[in-house]
Amino acid sequence: MRKYILKRIGISFITLMAILLILFLMLEFMPGSPFNDEKLNEAQVAILNAKYGLDKPVVIRFFNYIKNMLTGDFGVSYTISKNTAITTLLETRLPISIRIGGQAVLLGTFIGLILGLIAALKHNTIYDTITTVISVLGVSLPSYVFALALSYTLGFQLKWFPLLYQPEAVVKSSVLPTISLCMFTVATVARFTRTEMLEVLGSDYMLLAESKGLSGGRIILVHGLRNALIPIITVLAPLVVGLMTGSLVIEKIFSIPGIGSLLVNAIQANDYNVIITLAFIYSALYIGIMLVVDILYGVIDPRIRLAKGDGNE
Amino acid sequence: MEKEKVLSIKDLSISFQTSAGEVNAIRGVNLDLYKGETIAIVGESGSGKSVTVKAIMGILSGNGRINSGTIDFMYHRGEEEVHEDLLKLSKKEMCHRIKGKRIAMVFQDPMTSLNPTMTIGNQIMEGMRYHFKTPKQEAHEKAIKLLELVGITEPQKRMKNYPHQLSGGMRQRVVIAIALACDPEILICDEPTTALDVTIQAKILELIKEIQEKTNISVIYITHDLGVVAKVADYVGVMYAGKIVEKGLINEIFYDPKHPYTWGLLSAMPDLDTNDELLYTIPGSPPNLLNKIEGDAFAERNQYALNIDHRVEPPLFKVTDTHYAATWLLHENAPDIQMPMELKNRIYRMLGEVE
Amino acid sequence: MNNLIQEAENTVFEFQPKDFEPAENHNINIDKVYAAKSYWKDVLSTFLKNKGAIVGLIAIIMIGIMAMIGPDLSGHTYDAQIITHQNLAPRVPGLEKFGIFNGSENMNTSTGKVKVNKYVDSSKTTGLENIYYWFGTDVLGRDIFTRTWTGTRISLYIALVAVIVDMCFGMSYGLISGYFGGMVDNIMQRFAEILNGIPTLVIVTLLILVLKPGLTTITLALATTGWIGMSRVARAQVLKLKEQEFILASKTLGAKDFYVIFKEILPNIFGQLIIMSMFSIPNAIFTEAFLAFIGLGVPAPLASLGSLISEAFKSFTTHPYMIIFPVIVLAIVMLAFNMLADGLRDAFDPKMKEM
Repeated sequence: MRKYILKRIGISFITLMAILLILFLMLEFMPGSPFNDEKLNEAQVAILNAKYGLDKPVVIRFFNYIKNMLTGDFGVSYTISKNTAITTLLETRLPISIRIGGQAVLLGTFIGLILGLIAALKHNTIYDTITTVISVLGVSLPSYVFALALSYTLGFQLKWFPLLYQPEAVVKSSVLPTISLCMFTVATVARFTRTEMLEVLGSDYMLLAESKGLSGGRIILVHGLRNALIPIITVLAPLVVGLMTGSLVIEKIFSIPGIGSLLVNAIQANDYNVIITLAFIYSALYIGIMLVVDILYGVIDPRIRLAKGDGNE
Repeated sequence: MEKEKVLSIKDLSISFQTSAGEVNAIRGVNLDLYKGETIAIVGESGSGKSVTVKAIMGILSGNGRINSGTIDFMYHRGEEEVHEDLLKLSKKEMCHRIKGKRIAMVFQDPMTSLNPTMTIGNQIMEGMRYHFKTPKQEAHEKAIKLLELVGITEPQKRMKNYPHQLSGGMRQRVVIAIALACDPEILICDEPTTALDVTIQAKILELIKEIQEKTNISVIYITHDLGVVAKVADYVGVMYAGKIVEKGLINEIFYDPKHPYTWGLLSAMPDLDTNDELLYTIPGSPPNLLNKIEGDAFAERNQYALNIDHRVEPPLFKVTDTHYAATWLLHENAPDIQMPMELKNRIYRMLGEVE
Repeated sequence: MNNLIQEAENTVFEFQPKDFEPAENHNINIDKVYAAKSYWKDVLSTFLKNKGAIVGLIAIIMIGIMAMIGPDLSGHTYDAQIITHQNLAPRVPGLEKFGIFNGSENMNTSTGKVKVNKYVDSSKTTGLENIYYWFGTDVLGRDIFTRTWTGTRISLYIALVAVIVDMCFGMSYGLISGYFGGMVDNIMQRFAEILNGIPTLVIVTLLILVLKPGLTTITLALATTGWIGMSRVARAQVLKLKEQEFILASKTLGAKDFYVIFKEILPNIFGQLIIMSMFSIPNAIFTEAFLAFIGLGVPAPLASLGSLISEAFKSFTTHPYMIIFPVIVLAIVMLAFNMLADGLRDAFDPKMKEM
């Protein structure tokens, strides 16, 4: 198990370094300097370069860069919010995004699991069909379709929920974004749970559990769900990606002051530094989540936990 | 002492609804099991062996339907003798009173029949803890005793192992330990050795026999391997196309078979003394049970078939008090057809060896 | 002799004179062969039985046809901006008589909801009485019908790119990595793992920073990341196959590595690969629509479904018709590809068939 975890951490670390290198190189070779304001003369640019350490050799700048990124010093924003430290921008925005993303994951996984279980247990019935339809719709329709439909009906026409995010009504205004964002999760988890559960239900060890005379609930939860859950972990990666891309759109539609809308604004305003910082944060989040998932995978599945080297055979 | 009848199957018939139509998998099976004895059910794949025992366990798949029959199960609750028709019990009653507790089952493939994410120990203790609310400590001790009983070394250590850390033979021993956990009256073994190496097969068979001697448990053995039958069974039922075509004591079936299908099975068994160029096989394949069967199901493949076989299904004829066979050849008007010479010689030789 | 018969006592059999003469079984050596179907025939018939898949296929064909001829149907061009034709609601000849698609829309004004029809006004001549925009016009007075189908072309182009990338790059990568194994596999897998560790979103935004937004950039972005999933499936399949006897046989006969990969292995895993690439199509279309929505799509006046939705979103509370049609077409395209992929998977994967 220790070897497995070390290997995972190693790969995550290398990936993170690779990303940092790419980001750094992009900053280096970006067409034009960050200070492409035509009003600046050469001397002023030189001063700015010195101020941000841009006049030192490449290698040193790279290590400086890594140090800065890892310690949370991302520099300043160039265009969206001139000369504001990006850290300040993130301070208020990151928690909002993480909260809505987290809500969507939890809600989506919960509903998805239940739908998938029902579909597998009531296989080939109307419940199964309904779940299949929901999951095909959820996977097929981009989250903004749900967002638009929800905000037009529940927000604009019925006025149950605010059309745009209101900082003073956090709970009420995060309902619609959370629902639109979790549809993809619901669909993916439901679809996968159904397939895996069907496979597990047909396995010999379920028959053995049944022949032990255990109660139905115990058979399904203890013997079925746990074994079905292991492969479900593998869909978490696309889920996280889906959430990240989804959050950009959702935050734009509902004008949520999170990092997603910040990225969209930065892209539209060509604010390199902000874009690169956010790219780093998204990558780090993604890599971190994947690392946790991989380790969790090992904990749940004894076949990985006790793989060669540290089993007690 | 009068033998106690533990299980008595009467006129059992089961069909399955499939997309192709209704399959009559079991067409009237009668079978008795006595305490401490082993009955083997032999037959080709698809003859309905497994379906019969799944009906006993109440774990038929969803599209199966029981059309008629009774399965009378007798057990002791304290001093009291209880009779119950397993087919009349609800699913819940089966779970609470019978399954795992009084009738346990060992499955064919040990590689897939253990839960991969649960330790061996927990899988053995699960049944006791669930049915008898055995305290953890006691269940643990009993599980270790069971592991010892099924011949697993270092049981303490093995308790914490997961199935993937054990070999196939070991896993089958664990499956047997799980089945024995609640001291059942009946143990059903569904081809328990088919998936194992030949050397391990023999060990598992001996193990089951030993356990039977120690615990006086009754065993139902499902197999297509007559070699296995010869080693373990007291009583044999030969099944063909959802019916028992011949049943009798082991010696009666092996040394004085009456049904042409049994002749075929015995002839198809390889042995060292037979010098034939070709190993005998029964021609043709089992009938499709989707179709309604006219007359004797085996008639199509039977080189000794009589005209009546194609028209009327033969009843069970009594040969001795314990030996019955369903073939018209036993009718008083039937011509005197004997088993093939080669088989006769073979049996002769075997008898010679025994004496 | 009578006591020979057990069951027969209760049943009266009517015997015919020739009943107890041996029957003449001529055909007992013939095995019954159940109707066999070839693999591809089986796949096809399963696929045809899947209603969802057929509906998906038909929808894709219809949308494909519309993408080809749609932009020329209405007589308007996708980039012609007519100031006087701004914000016109959908109006279809024929249907307008039934009160739908007659060019009127609900407007929210300070006095409440008002029904407005910009085409026909009883008080004045608008000059639009004989003009029909089937899906309406956008804020710049462009025909949404034409723009929708032009946009569909882009989505289908993206689908094509996804399949090509999958098939050419992903498949080869996986096949080579899996087949050669060892060091090659190790390096190739670590590389893919690292690339996979970077979220697609990040790769795409960075690419677009370097290049300018446009179709080339989007194509490149898809090419950089789209193949990883496919390469994994291909590799896993190769690993499963390469130890099998027929591969070994081919190698023993002296076949070259690439011959084995493409002639022996590929045909056997093609089904899996087709399914995988079918699933990557909706993913790619999704990515394009998403990019367009955050303003990184094709530059104006070109249109993609994503950019149409993105533009219309700005005025969707006042003119919802502008967003409805592109959203519906996008939804149909995505659904159709997903249903087709599902159907194909069921057809190719016999394991799931009976479930």
